[in-house]
Amino acid sequence: MNDKQHHSISLTPSETFSLSTKEKIAVFIGVVGLFILALALFNTDFPYKTLGLSLSLGLITAGTLLFSHSLYTTKLEGIKNDRVWFKSLTSRGVTAWILGIVLTGFYLVLYFFPQYLGQGSSGEANTGLIALFDPLSFLLSGRPASQWFVYGTLYTLAILIFGYKFILKYRHNRYQQLRTVSVMFFQLGFAFLIPEFMARLNESPEYNLPYYDIKSMWPLNYYLFDRWSVNGFINSGNLGLALLIFGILSIFIISPFLTYKYGKRWYCSWVCGCGGLAETAGDPFRQLSSKKLSAWKLERWLIHVVLVFSVIMTTAVIYSYLGHDSTKYWLTKSTFLLGVGGLLTLVFALTLIFKRHELGKDANYGALGFFVIIAALFIMHYTGTSERLFFVKSSVLRSAYGLYIGSIFSGVIGTGFYPILGNRVWCRFGCPMAAVLGFQQRMFSKFRITTNGGQCISCGNCSTYCEMGIDVRAYAQKGENIVRSSCVGCGICAAVCPRGVLKLENDSMKERINSNDVLLGNDVDLMDYVNSKSF
Amino acid sequence: MEEHVVIIGNGIAGVTAARHIRKFSNKKITIISSETEYFFSRTALMYIYMGHMTFKHTQPYENWFWEKNRIALKKAFVEKVESDTKTLYFENGETLNYDKLIIATGSKPNKFGWPGQDLEGVMGLYHKQDLDLLEKYAPDNQSCKRAVIVGGGLIGIELAEMLNSRNIPVTFLVREQSFWNGILPQGESDMINRHIKNHHIDLRLGTNLKEIVSDENGQVKSVIIEETGEEIPCNVVGLTAGVSPNINFVKDSDIETNKGIKVNRFLETNIPDIYAIGDCAEQIEPVGQRPPVEAVWYTGRMMGEALAQTICGNRMAYNPGHWFNSAKFLDIEYQTYGWVHGKKGKPDYEKHFHWKHDDDTKCITVAYHENTNQFLGINTFGIRMRHETFDKWLTEKRDVHFVINHLAEANFDPEFYKTYEGDILSAYNQTLQTV
Repeated sequence: MNDKQHHSISLTPSETFSLSTKEKIAVFIGVVGLFILALALFNTDFPYKTLGLSLSLGLITAGTLLFSHSLYTTKLEGIKNDRVWFKSLTSRGVTAWILGIVLTGFYLVLYFFPQYLGQGSSGEANTGLIALFDPLSFLLSGRPASQWFVYGTLYTLAILIFGYKFILKYRHNRYQQLRTVSVMFFQLGFAFLIPEFMARLNESPEYNLPYYDIKSMWPLNYYLFDRWSVNGFINSGNLGLALLIFGILSIFIISPFLTYKYGKRWYCSWVCGCGGLAETAGDPFRQLSSKKLSAWKLERWLIHVVLVFSVIMTTAVIYSYLGHDSTKYWLTKSTFLLGVGGLLTLVFALTLIFKRHELGKDANYGALGFFVIIAALFIMHYTGTSERLFFVKSSVLRSAYGLYIGSIFSGVIGTGFYPILGNRVWCRFGCPMAAVLGFQQRMFSKFRITTNGGQCISCGNCSTYCEMGIDVRAYAQKGENIVRSSCVGCGICAAVCPRGVLKLENDSMKERINSNDVLLGNDVDLMDYVNSKSF
Repeated sequence: MEEHVVIIGNGIAGVTAARHIRKFSNKKITIISSETEYFFSRTALMYIYMGHMTFKHTQPYENWFWEKNRIALKKAFVEKVESDTKTLYFENGETLNYDKLIIATGSKPNKFGWPGQDLEGVMGLYHKQDLDLLEKYAPDNQSCKRAVIVGGGLIGIELAEMLNSRNIPVTFLVREQSFWNGILPQGESDMINRHIKNHHIDLRLGTNLKEIVSDENGQVKSVIIEETGEEIPCNVVGLTAGVSPNINFVKDSDIETNKGIKVNRFLETNIPDIYAIGDCAEQIEPVGQRPPVEAVWYTGRMMGEALAQTICGNRMAYNPGHWFNSAKFLDIEYQTYGWVHGKKGKPDYEKHFHWKHDDDTKCITVAYHENTNQFLGINTFGIRMRHETFDKWLTEKRDVHFVINHLAEANFDPEFYKTYEGDILSAYNQTLQTV
């Protein structure tokens, strides 16, 4: 949305919105913490790394917490969006562009030039920023830090400190508080600590566990079925096998069941790490998502293309390391390919049979995507000639996916562009998991956002603050339930509504899409009205 | 050639009528407005000033919507309506012919002849232009050291909240002894009084404006209070003492007016093919306990929907169901279903059960019939309630006992919120025992 920044026309310098003393102190503390990180970045070798790291992260944390405290606890509880569109940072002003470019630059260096952060190559010790994090890494996993450890630590820290800020901001809203505690918990425990502890297990000879964040399931975790990953699981005894089985169960059983009961929000805004960062550190940017119809069209195409790509890629990767000989192992290339084809056909058929009457455009795209994959799989298998091609290409496909989707889209654009495109760009346009869950949500979930009769005044707060770019108002003013596949159930639309019109609900599957266009508040004989509508 | 429906006013009433006419027909549609080029949601004006939204966000439809749906937009000011020749005369000398005319020109802020009411820096809060003026005279607390708001009610408190968001000190002059107590029962009104003061707004109850004083440039310098003669220096004065129909341009026509443009239940005026909807319409026979002129957003929308049916050949009366409304007083949401009267116009048979939470931000009032115990209406503050449920209970004429016992079914608060139905029920049972 092309929103011109609002400018005060006053010529006198405004002291209206200046920082309080407490806030100035908080900024000072936080910046000192950042300064230590910056020094490390420029290869300053700290003699006391543990102290340096603790000081740096400690000061950043203290500064942020103190600032949040001053910002919110001095005011009464309630929605705190005052001046969001006047601040440079949150209205695509200069500060936003600077932050966006710095973040994007950080991601580029992180993904493609880790040596600049001090990543030691071929056995050499780390230097600079990454060396600063060595003590923490040794403490947790017994290994030196890597660029991913540095990133993971900062990422987790961001979710924790901005999560605290979010909890203060919404301290009148228990849904928001619980949800934030949940993403903080899953990030700290499941995404950060557990994988590090698992790495520590690898010190014993019988374990060779791959890096595995057990809440991050395929297809978001696109490397789950890579050869190294599967080998790692299989070579790690019962624990490894259990983790692999859990991974598969979570794709096919656990996640569809939870989505049926609670919508995709159980994952996207209560568990997922990408969602966690978007909801906490990214919260000040949620109003920047585009609500244009054109953005919605782009979203539907892009997300399904990414999904198709990721299914084909994974299939190709698995296919490439399976054998032909059925006497050695039950899963051969043929059975695998037929199995995948059969499963997708089943999904496709069930959707068409049971949901043909309520197939929205989104679902059509989803079904079309599946159909394309199925066709591709069968063609590849039965033409035989393409098998070699497929085999060769799979590694290329895999690294292309890792580069374009895994790195550039999810990191560089998805997070680096928070201040420009909003906080859920990746979740909205690129996440293959969101596409899978969204399809499930649209097809068979008890979740919907209900609207409160005729009380909507079309003010547009809900649409403005929807991070997924859903035009919530368009539904609310018609009194329609919202069952959009992109909705991550963050609940902010309901929170910012000044008339209490929106509510996230789990209810029966019957009549979840009630687009019956009743004259809201008009006392009409409904049967008469319906009949007369046909003129 | 399809007939030409011309709509004056692009507020919610006019735009709803246009959209529904397009849904049901191929008629030629033109919407005229001198306020803005495109439809925006008036109710969201406050959020632009507060920085929650930009003006663009208040437009429910993207700009291509109108052309795509063949709704012509014309930015012009109608000066005169000539019903004999079915012609509109514009301020710039142009004219336009119509086959059917819908007048949906809304309201304008009331001015009661206060000295100085037309000075620079004095404004209402209704039109986009009022917001532009506020932005000009009250951009921050350096340019505007203090603002005075004259008149209680919903627009007044919204304006106070707006100015508060930019740390501009506000003095709020309310004629009544308690905020909005013509409408709200006393317990609720008292709670809102305290809530306003908690936001550091200088609320002056039982206070009238005597005059607005000008500086040497014709700009507001101060206001003088009637009762005490106190002079309050200020740079902006907000006039929010209600609104009245914006119908000056039809005064010389054959269209019959009183306070507003007089319409029957089919929203037809005394002239064939001319209709009036929304804030500017006055019902010759008011519906139930509703006032003849209903300056409420929802009724504008409902009238637009009903009239679109009539114009498309399915003659339909404006027939609103049970009364409902909502508002937000700073941080406290308010909803009402059915009728709960304040002091003004409260029938003798109407009795109230009132419950207030200790934190002083949540309360409810349930109105019921003294003799029959029939449930008449509910006001809720800080607790969201489900429209559909109360609509059903009002239709079913449930008694107050049933309503209080089943209150949980009507709760519309977000998940995991603390609920108060238990507290309310035990308070209710205690009241019964003491009575």
